[in-house]
Amino acid sequence: MPRKGILVDRPYERLTREQVELIHQASMQILTDPGLISFNREAVDILHSHGAAVESIAGDHQSWQVKIPEQVVLSAIDSAPKTVKLGARNPDNTLIMHGDEPRVYLVTGSETNIWLDVDFPTYVNKADPTREIRMPEFKPRRGTVDDLCQSAHVCEHLEMVDGYIRTVNIQDRDITEENKDVNKFFASLNNNTKHFMSGLTSLKQLDNVVRMAELIAGGKKALEDNPIISFITCLVKSPLQFVDDTTDTFIEVCRRGLPIVVSSSPQAGTTAPIREAGIMAQINAEVLAGITLGQLVKPGTPVLYGSVPVRARMDTLGDSYGSVETSQYNIDCVQMARFYGLPNYSTSGVCDSKIPGQQSSIERLFSDIVVAMSGPQYLHCAFGLLDCNSVFCLLQAVLDDAHFKMIELFLRQPRIDQTELEAVLKQIREVVATPQKLYIGYIRPVLRSGEISGLYPFEGGGEADDVFELAYERMKELLARPVEHIDPETTARIFEEIPGVLPRLNIYERGD
Amino acid sequence: MNKDIIATIKENVIQGRKTQEDVGIDDSLEGAPGVVELMQQALESNISPQVIITKGLTAGMQVVGEKYSTKEYFIPDMLASAEAVGAAMDIMKPVLESANVETKGKFAIATVKGDIHDIGKNIVAILLKGAGYEVHDLGTDVPTEKVVEFVREEKPGYLGLSALLTTTMTEMGVVIKALEENKLRSSVKVLIGGAAVSDEFAQEIGADAYCADAFDAVRVLDGCQQTG
Ligand code: B12
Repeated sequence: MPRKGILVDRPYERLTREQVELIHQASMQILTDPGLISFNREAVDILHSHGAAVESIAGDHQSWQVKIPEQVVLSAIDSAPKTVKLGARNPDNTLIMHGDEPRVYLVTGSETNIWLDVDFPTYVNKADPTREIRMPEFKPRRGTVDDLCQSAHVCEHLEMVDGYIRTVNIQDRDITEENKDVNKFFASLNNNTKHFMSGLTSLKQLDNVVRMAELIAGGKKALEDNPIISFITCLVKSPLQFVDDTTDTFIEVCRRGLPIVVSSSPQAGTTAPIREAGIMAQINAEVLAGITLGQLVKPGTPVLYGSVPVRARMDTLGDSYGSVETSQYNIDCVQMARFYGLPNYSTSGVCDSKIPGQQSSIERLFSDIVVAMSGPQYLHCAFGLLDCNSVFCLLQAVLDDAHFKMIELFLRQPRIDQTELEAVLKQIREVVATPQKLYIGYIRPVLRSGEISGLYPFEGGGEADDVFELAYERMKELLARPVEHIDPETTARIFEEIPGVLPRLNIYERGD
Repeated sequence: MNKDIIATIKENVIQGRKTQEDVGIDDSLEGAPGVVELMQQALESNISPQVIITKGLTAGMQVVGEKYSTKEYFIPDMLASAEAVGAAMDIMKPVLESANVETKGKFAIATVKGDIHDIGKNIVAILLKGAGYEVHDLGTDVPTEKVVEFVREEKPGYLGLSALLTTTMTEMGVVIKALEENKLRSSVKVLIGGAAVSDEFAQEIGADAYCADAFDAVRVLDGCQQTG
């Protein structure tokens, strides 16, 4: 049984059908004029052999102007699967995504350099030293492999997290470019039984991580049927360029037939036009170009239409995930993917704020609600991410989970039909005839059915705002709960066969 | 008359108008000559380059900087002004050279090998050019040998390295080592920047400074000018 996700009944749409088609046509025009610049030779050869016009560009780095005819793109869209399955160590955590069904899966992400610790020191009121309060204090530091284990562990227990994208970049002294991939995969897979998606640091490690996944899934065929891992690559550098190394990775993942997200992250104002029509025509062209390449490498490769459009912050030109336009672009992309019938990877919830607090709550909830309402299949909704994707805070992830529970309840289908109305009319007549005229007696049958939303889970007593402290307690509680690790035999084989996994990650040798 | 031209140059720098086609902050100057056109007039009127630079360009940029720090201006405003100043400096280059006036120095900038992030690097390049430095942009994913060769051949006084990935930031250390091995390290001040790096990292690899943003870069370089 796959996970339920949130089935959005009537997804929110910003664009009319006509506007969607206009964007599509503009993207098709972009792909032939000006076309793409590819810094990757193999991509050029593949596209050329299928009818793209190619011209070499002079410069330091070899590059080519590639013009992809509409027909090539359309037949790639045709051959891309409209249903994509992402497997999981625990089959109950499987995700099944149909491009035409607005069922939303919520996923974490993505590789921040900084991990935010929380502490609650006590402050004394200067004017009245008998009065004390505890205030959260956030301390940033570089992420480690232990942090990644912890975050995978907590996310295993967060009810609303459907899939796990690595949250923090592991920067321990003993992590190198060569051993980074095997360790981030092992740390995540060993502490979490949900689907695992990641980028790759070094293409040389692709076969090692795939082998690791095969060992866990139970063989090559088993991994094909139950792809417990998938990949995300930014092969596109906006505007309209295929990057050399990430395109290599993309091509190799497609060859192996594992699910992959083709993602593009243009920034309106800097690497894409500041106007909505412009960034939309461009990102759609970029993603379609990637999908086309993937389908030419191996027709039928499971791909997600990946969109991470953002608007630039005007004070730094960094990404402004908190801006309202960012949510608008993401919703537009959901519509474009649906137009093609392809499952969509979309983004919400990242905020500009540097620490958990009012700004972070408002920014993330705003985009979480509106983007979820549009019905993307795979929503990278950034549990715990802060500071425009630079900082991860586990406490924030716990808060996000609670807020998504509210969004889930909000998005459930209304239950209004003939039977229901007959039942409530009966209630109304009965109650009106009683002296108290109260409906309380009818609450209990629904009280514990999950039908009515609960109290805010981190509501404190009295006047104090205890949200952070209560969420912190919850976080500790989740960390204390066990997770189902990879079994001892498989673990032993992984440590034997896959070079570079840190011995300290072997829980069976560590004795805990 | 001269005073008018200089004041108008300053005003156009503040408005970020490189040429007469450009829009400014408001439409008061619409269609009027921009910095490029005014520079021609100024040079034809034989106004000294020093006066143009100090009273016109730098004075204008000063105001822009102030407006940015009070959040009246945003980065796109800053960049427009910096580009206008950069264009003015290009026009003045031959005049300055023949008059033997020293510029603030040569600044080379590159995103290190393996890294293709360049938005930040480009902003630094534009702002430094606008601040009066002669900027050479070596591009992205630049091999160490190419950086070393540039330092050897072109002798820039300053070198900026950008890296946004924790996997490529180590390349900055490699560049510094290579400069040492080629006995070029003392000839050039090395500035580093980008999301992955920090002050401590700069010290660790022996860079001269870490810059949090492009304004920091201007501050640090201008500081070097003062200390000689
Ligand atoms: C935009 C972006 C991209 C774009 C780049 C577009 C472009 N034209 O540059 C694209 C989509 C192509 C991209 C690709 C990738 N990216 Co990227 N990217 C970013 C992002 C979101 C913003 C960077 C940016 O432009 N900021 C805005 C500018 C203005 O700021 P800035 O660069 O910091 O520059 C300022 C200062 O730092 C300073 N400065 C910078 N350089 C210098 C140099 C000198 C000399 C001085 C003085 C100052 C200075 O001044 C600048 C102006 O004020 C960052 C997130 C982040 N928080 O930084 C991730 C980020 C850097 N990317 C990341 C990753 C992982 C990647 C990929 C590897 C993804 C993948 N799996 O395919 C690829 C890398 C490919 C490669 N080989 O390089 C990670 C890095 C994590 C890590 N391991 O270290 C980050 C942190 C995102 C994340 N949290 O996951 N990326």
